[in-house]
Amino acid sequence: MEKKNTDRLIIDHTTYSTRLSRRFTSRKPYEPPVPGRIQSFIPGTVVEVLVKTGDAVKEGDDIVILDAMKMKNRLKSHIDGKVMAVNVSPGDRVTKGAVLVEIA
Amino acid sequence: MALEKKIRELKEKREKMLLGGGEEAIVKQKAMGKNTARERIMAILDAGTFNEYDMFVEHDARDFGMDKKNLPSDGVVIGTGTVHGNPVAIFAQDFTVAGGSLGLMHSRKITKIMDHALKMRIPLIGINDSGGARIQEGVNSLAGYGEIFFRNTISSGVIPQISVILGPCAGGAVYSPALTDFVFVVDNISKMFITGPEVIKTVLGEEISMEALGGARVHCETSGNAHFFSSSEEECFSQIKRLISFIPRNNEMKAAVAETLPPEAGYDIEKIVPGDPTLPYDVREVIRAVADSSDFFEIQEMYARNMVIGFGRLGGRTVGFVANQPLEMAGVLDVDSSDKAARFIRYCDAFSIPLVTLVDLPGYLPGVDQEHAGVIRHGAKVLYAYSEATVPKLTVILRKAYGGGYIAMSSRHLRADFVFAWPTAEIAVMGPEGAANIIFRKEITSAANPDEMRRQKVDEYREKFANPYVAASRGYVDAVIEPSETRRLLLHGLEVSENKDVQMPWKKHGIPPF
Repeated sequence: MEKKNTDRLIIDHTTYSTRLSRRFTSRKPYEPPVPGRIQSFIPGTVVEVLVKTGDAVKEGDDIVILDAMKMKNRLKSHIDGKVMAVNVSPGDRVTKGAVLVEIA
Repeated sequence: MALEKKIRELKEKREKMLLGGGEEAIVKQKAMGKNTARERIMAILDAGTFNEYDMFVEHDARDFGMDKKNLPSDGVVIGTGTVHGNPVAIFAQDFTVAGGSLGLMHSRKITKIMDHALKMRIPLIGINDSGGARIQEGVNSLAGYGEIFFRNTISSGVIPQISVILGPCAGGAVYSPALTDFVFVVDNISKMFITGPEVIKTVLGEEISMEALGGARVHCETSGNAHFFSSSEEECFSQIKRLISFIPRNNEMKAAVAETLPPEAGYDIEKIVPGDPTLPYDVREVIRAVADSSDFFEIQEMYARNMVIGFGRLGGRTVGFVANQPLEMAGVLDVDSSDKAARFIRYCDAFSIPLVTLVDLPGYLPGVDQEHAGVIRHGAKVLYAYSEATVPKLTVILRKAYGGGYIAMSSRHLRADFVFAWPTAEIAVMGPEGAANIIFRKEITSAANPDEMRRQKVDEYREKFANPYVAASRGYVDAVIEPSETRRLLLHGLEVSENKDVQMPWKKHGIPPF
């Protein structure tokens, strides 16, 4: 037979000896959304960052313009707060889920 | 004399067509490890049975210099022949002619043979090796694809449709294979994707090779788009022929009955499954221990391995085996394994192939990713497919059958015709550990020694419920059987169900959760 059988999977308090699939072992642990984080919802290129560290922002303000799928997407703040960090500059290519700007 | 001359002319014309895109292009095709379109057809069909049609079809495109281009047979070969004596219709795109690109006449040849297959109620085999739409022919090329997809859909469930990907199959072209029953791919030769690496790089900035994006292995292991993996075209052709031997020609016929052969002597069914329900084993060994000649033709072997599906024979009749695989992910139901099983169940039901289900699962896989991926909707497909299936349904519960998993895996409640359980079966809402922790929570937490109390309560529950007899006492299980009786009872069950007749309420069609 192929490979080992030594992995463990717990279901309803019972521990099963089995092999774990790649899909299972490589799954991303769930993270609750952080409202102050401006994240790319799609991979793309940063066109413009409209704020700088220390700026006060209001809910609904445009924070970053992200070029993806031939669209210029305006990423808006979900909260009122202050810009704590700007992690990208125009021209940066970003992956899906990258944290572009942090607001608190 | 005149006749001889005309025959000689015909021969010359044919010779020219048979060269396809010419010697240079053929050399290139060979260098990629690929056979030519006609060689592929000959390799699949019984020797000397191929009859080609529409050899002299020509395109009539005029734009972009196409009027000066001569494309032999317009880049696709169509015809009929037999596989193991069974008539089939077949087409093969010829990559040596304009990259196998699909223009109007090319598509008309394909749809002609598709219409033929449907009218004659014979299987259709399509060999895809094409760069995509013939851009010079514009919207006519798109129309061609649409006409093919429509026919794939109308023929679905009437005649078997087999797609063989032996080269690129990209963009819209992928939807024809996706609409067919079985997709065969070959390592390093097959490439399937909607948008290729270049587009992905330009639009999204992600870099990936063609093989990593849409190669044979990816579609067999990760996407689940393909059903049969092979390392060479020759291996692929023998897989196709083997598949044809198991399935009927159409939905009104039954698969050919072979001679009844006993399983091989090497399989001792009582030594395969450990008594402890938490220990793994390979459920395919159980299938081989009961199937004729211990012969099992597995489908989607590399995808969602926690569910095993495939064809075998019992008493010479083709059956579809569906089995939880404790070796992988403890045999749980999840998004991918549910999809895999449900589609196969519907295939078997459409083509009058009885279903034999082997049950050993702890339930559904817990997890945020599963819930968010829609395990509710995907898991429901299994319930739908089993409930809707009217072919004979035989179920053997080998060990654990807990909770919703028990219901889903062809239980009595979804109208299984026969439900057998081994003495090792545990048919319960959940395993003893889980159940005891819920039912006796108070007793356990308030005990002087909670661990001791938990152990005691788990044992108590196991003693009382972790067996097949509670379900048997309600008639949910028809018989508790020794493992060594399994084959005899399955053969008998099939014999008794031979003329099964179930009337379903009239409907245009159901609305399965896909």
